[in-house]
Amino acid sequence: MRRLSLRARPDLPPPPAPGDVLAEAHGLVVRLGGRPVLDGVDLTVRAGEVLALVGPNGAGKSTLLGALAGDVPADGGGVRVGGAPVGERSARQLALRRAVLPQSSPLAFPFTAEEVVRMGRAPWAGTALADEDDAAVAAALAATEAAGFAGRAFPALSGGERARVALARVLAQRAPLLLLDEPTAALDVRHQELVLRVCREQAALARGVVVVLHDLGLAAAHADRVALLSHGSLVASGPPSSVLTPARLSALYHHPIEVLPHPHGGAPVILPVRGPSKDSGAR
Amino acid sequence: MTATAPREDDRTTAPPVEIIGGKSRMTDRHIRPRTVWLTAGLAVALLALSVLSAGIGAYGIPAGDVLASVAHRCGLGGHRLDRVAESVLWDVRLPRIVLALLVGGSLGCAGALMQGVFGNPLAEPGVIGISSGAAVGAVGSIALGLSFAGSWTVTVCAFAAGLLTVLVVYGLSRSGGRTEVVTLVLTGIAVNAFAGALIGLFIFVADNAQLTQITFWQLGSLAQATWPKVLAVLPCAAAGLGAAPFFARRLDLLALGERQARHLGVDVERLRIAAVLVVALLTAAAVAVAGIISFVGLVVPHLLRMAAGPGHRFLVPGSALGGALVLVAADLAARTLASPAELPLGVLTALIGSPFFFWLLRRTRGRQGGWA
Repeated sequence: MRRLSLRARPDLPPPPAPGDVLAEAHGLVVRLGGRPVLDGVDLTVRAGEVLALVGPNGAGKSTLLGALAGDVPADGGGVRVGGAPVGERSARQLALRRAVLPQSSPLAFPFTAEEVVRMGRAPWAGTALADEDDAAVAAALAATEAAGFAGRAFPALSGGERARVALARVLAQRAPLLLLDEPTAALDVRHQELVLRVCREQAALARGVVVVLHDLGLAAAHADRVALLSHGSLVASGPPSSVLTPARLSALYHHPIEVLPHPHGGAPVILPVRGPSKDSGAR
Repeated sequence: MTATAPREDDRTTAPPVEIIGGKSRMTDRHIRPRTVWLTAGLAVALLALSVLSAGIGAYGIPAGDVLASVAHRCGLGGHRLDRVAESVLWDVRLPRIVLALLVGGSLGCAGALMQGVFGNPLAEPGVIGISSGAAVGAVGSIALGLSFAGSWTVTVCAFAAGLLTVLVVYGLSRSGGRTEVVTLVLTGIAVNAFAGALIGLFIFVADNAQLTQITFWQLGSLAQATWPKVLAVLPCAAAGLGAAPFFARRLDLLALGERQARHLGVDVERLRIAAVLVVALLTAAAVAVAGIISFVGLVVPHLLRMAAGPGHRFLVPGSALGGALVLVAADLAARTLASPAELPLGVLTALIGSPFFFWLLRRTRGRQGGWA
């Protein structure tokens, strides 16, 4: 069934092919309260990759994600999403091109988890792809293992359950570009792995996934590319093994960090150096 | 809302999730069948109560005669009643009932819209001062003897003042895209106090005849209902009620928060301005004829949300129906409980509504574990 819509049909973005540029920031400068939070960042997000944004607290990761989402206006340089400057696109056009998972998911009224996920389908109302609504919602709930509590009220769910429902909403949107701000923060190990596995699946569907992570081990294990930020600048970007070096990380985080090859497969394992030191001995 | 469902705390041993399992259950759940029954039930109850109310009073008219007379005037058969009954029905009762329908529908709908826009179940035109704001316009136009728009003057002034108030409240009570309960209620107190002072000032300058008019109007009553009064609010109410359902889907998304709604394609600024405009229209329609009738817009959407969930596609039109039902019932009670005297309608709704508001405040506080 096709719904009647008074609104003009938006131009639907073409389905992305692996390697397509989905979003790019060039010379991006963002100031908040007069202080530069991002200072000349260049970044390209391509279809089919998982790009992890990592860096110490206050490095500008969330701000960069917000700028790519079109939430944070640029004070210099610019951001393009799907080929056009982000500021020139309407909210609806952007919604068809990128989905955003914020750090927290408040909800003013007690909708059920499934209704929340279904909200992710809103941008497609009135288009031919609205037929996919039910399938998209079901697939998103299944992918995040949230189908079991789909009928329960969102505010009554535990923190981890809410986080997965929020991710399911973003998946249901089926946008070519996914921007996820710390999606693993509220989750236990099993569900952290689940989220990153979902990211990989999305990348395999030729979507681009940008994910802010604090856990360097997760980034090293699952990301195609890591962008390391510090004090608003891009320090390095590239494959995890070349970006996440002990010397660079130790200097950035002001804490000795060692990187070991995993005994099976050799993927980098990143650990802070722990041991008796003057600091820890004091307490 | 009520956290009755059991928590699964131990999810580490959860079995692998069945991928296809959820689908058949899910596809029809998003159209809650309960909303269909509720809508039908509300509509039937509203019709029945209206007919009943048209018959009850100092001069009783059987329900059959009411229907016959209405059918007769509509050219659908039926028959005329005798002269007195016809006059009581068409000059006294029916305008009053139609006015109650319009005012109640407007208030209920305005409450649902406002709660959606503020993302806060405590928002209501009366509580946060929109009604008093509109009242300032209405009282001002009476006291200053304005008549630039004929019989619509009071409505126009109430609308202008109500719109101004709603914009001020909106601007003052939001921070960081959210409206906190405390800020909202405190802003309401301030706005109500200021509006009260302005109304006092207008009463001070009014002459005796205007004073009587203002006093009666302020108590919140439908006793002076006439067809011209119905006509005076009809455009405002009809425009507001007609426009309100178009916001429903976007208000659902707004429950996620302003930024998330924008991420899903909602032009939040435009939605907000348009919805606020409609709230002002609806409130003005109600206040201009019936004075300040509070709490209808608070209680009705809340009960419906508990019965049928928070989806605005039902809640907005449902609250209009529910508000109309409540006001027709309240007006019937107001004019029969203490007959031959008549209770002021606004006093009656406040008597019932205020305790409900207390209960709601306590519950909200309990759920949040204190005020944010």
